Amino acid sequence: MLLDLRHIYKTYGDGELSVPVLFDVSLQMEKGEYVAIMGPSGSGKSTLMNIIGLLDVQTSGDYFLDGQDMAGKNDNELSEIRNRTIGFVFQNFNLMPRETAIENVALPMMYAGIPRKERLERAAAALEKVGLGERKSFFPTQLSGGQKQRVAIARAMVMHPPLLLADEPTGALDSASGKQVMELFGGLNQEGTTVLMITHEQEVADFAQRQMVIRDGRLHEKGGASA
Amino acid sequence: MGENIRISLRGIWSHKMRSFLTMLGIIIGIAAIIAIVSTIKGTNEQIKQNLVGSGTNTVTVMLTKDGMPVSENGGDTGGATVPELAEDDRNSLLSIQGAENAAFYHSRTYVDNVYYLNNSLEGDTIYGIDQNYLDAAGLQLKEGRGFGKVDLTDSRRVCLVNDAVADSAFGGDDPVGKVIDIQGEPFTVIGVVTSSSAYEPVINSETDYYMYMSSGTSTGAIYIPDQMWPVIFQYDEPQNVLLKADNTDDMTSVGKQAVDILDAAIASDSSGSLSYASQDLSQTASQLQQLTSSSNVMLIGIASISLLVGGIGVMNIMLVSVTERTREIGLKKALGAKKRAIRAQFLTEAALLSMIGGGLGVVVGIIMAQLIAFVAKIPVAISIPSIFISVLFSMAVGIIFGLMPSIKAANLNPIDALRYE
Repeated sequence: MLLDLRHIYKTYGDGELSVPVLFDVSLQMEKGEYVAIMGPSGSGKSTLMNIIGLLDVQTSGDYFLDGQDMAGKNDNELSEIRNRTIGFVFQNFNLMPRETAIENVALPMMYAGIPRKERLERAAAALEKVGLGERKSFFPTQLSGGQKQRVAIARAMVMHPPLLLADEPTGALDSASGKQVMELFGGLNQEGTTVLMITHEQEVADFAQRQMVIRDGRLHEKGGASA
Repeated sequence: MGENIRISLRGIWSHKMRSFLTMLGIIIGIAAIIAIVSTIKGTNEQIKQNLVGSGTNTVTVMLTKDGMPVSENGGDTGGATVPELAEDDRNSLLSIQGAENAAFYHSRTYVDNVYYLNNSLEGDTIYGIDQNYLDAAGLQLKEGRGFGKVDLTDSRRVCLVNDAVADSAFGGDDPVGKVIDIQGEPFTVIGVVTSSSAYEPVINSETDYYMYMSSGTSTGAIYIPDQMWPVIFQYDEPQNVLLKADNTDDMTSVGKQAVDILDAAIASDSSGSLSYASQDLSQTASQLQQLTSSSNVMLIGIASISLLVGGIGVMNIMLVSVTERTREIGLKKALGAKKRAIRAQFLTEAALLSMIGGGLGVVVGIIMAQLIAFVAKIPVAISIPSIFISVLFSMAVGIIFGLMPSIKAANLNPIDALRYE
């Protein structure tokens, strides 16, 4: 099992002013699964995503990633786990504005201590794979939204992490670009990458094998892939 | 590391104006230090050149009591008899290997009872000299005549003046033939002497040095026949010795041997509290050099305050930069950057910022030093080690003041950082 969340609660703030966000969320994902979580804004889906992505910590409950208990890990250990295990794709791309596409893609490898020459070779190959081999030296401002998101996907996958976390990956894209992104996700999943995606678009969620719904902080199984 | 430098340079370049203003404190601090150090070094080199390079190779041997020259402590010998120097002594001094000439003389600095007409020549030095003095001191006649044998043996009231007196005291008139009044006795000026050195100004003593530094001129000197000395001053004032060595390297050894010879002569008839001490120009040079350096330590201190302020400027702008790049820091942590990597990135930027400032400061400092040389006529010599030290020092300033902002950046919580708008 790659992902194992048991009875996760998350509350912001203390005492009377505390705001509960997640109630007793449990989620298990096998290696190679493709799961979409749907929910309206304010349902707690981003909070859940952040906890799974080790960017935020649950108030209570257990989280095992790839069999490892995530409780008690310090900042540096979490950085290393994120670097090796999780690829992030954000709604707003989050590319470094002053770095070229290839430098953006090479960034996670720098934190893994990979030599620059190898970084650039692997980053070039990753860009090739998302169909942007010609735009290696373009800056983010010179790329369209869909191209930016493909650079972000190349960056997320360049370390070959087992888990890909995507937070509204098509939220800022037109439907044609969105479709391209979804095709890339499908391909990665075929190659064995586990994909967990948050979206509020049903057409996007339909690409997943399994759909779940989060509402008022509670996570439910939705059933079959086709609604 | 290389990556950090590349990223930092890009960051600095993308905020050109801000980066430059941040560097300004460092630039001013480093430039001031470079200019000051260059001026010190230039002055020191000129002192050395004027003293040691003058070619006169003069060694002074003075009678001292408790380390102070008797001729400068008001003639206090502690009751001991002042030894007299005779031709025998001169012969034994001239027999020293490397000694070329030996002269006996009296001298008094800052004599106040000297007049030409109604003008006071206060502050000049009076020398009572023998026939060998001008040669030993490296002086040559510029105008008029020198002392003849008769002038010396018959105690004639005649005198020589140096350039400084000739230029300042006589209101543009030819000094030769004029009468100067020393301690109430009239002396007729018969000649003007000048240094035979190729280097100007000649600095032969600390007095010369202070004169030169404060007014850019040499000390006034008036020379009278040594036989006249007892007439206008005390009878028991000690004579000092001026030796001329063959070459610069011999100065110190000639001085030492002269001290031994003269000390042996007085050992028999003094209480033992008196002794001779030699001083050659290379010793004087190093003393003067210490003097200039210590008087400029305070200036360097003031310049360091500017560096401190510059460092605070760097810290301030780095804190702003951390806030501006909160999202970027959050993203980098999400992608796997450890605290150390974030810290290194901001430290590199702070160090580079202040190092570039330091480098520009060096350039500005060199230009300032040349300007000082040109405007104030003070010699400057650019010190290469001080350039390296400045750049390293400014880098250290950057690292020290970059530490706090970079730690702040490294400790950001990734989720707070990613959410930051």
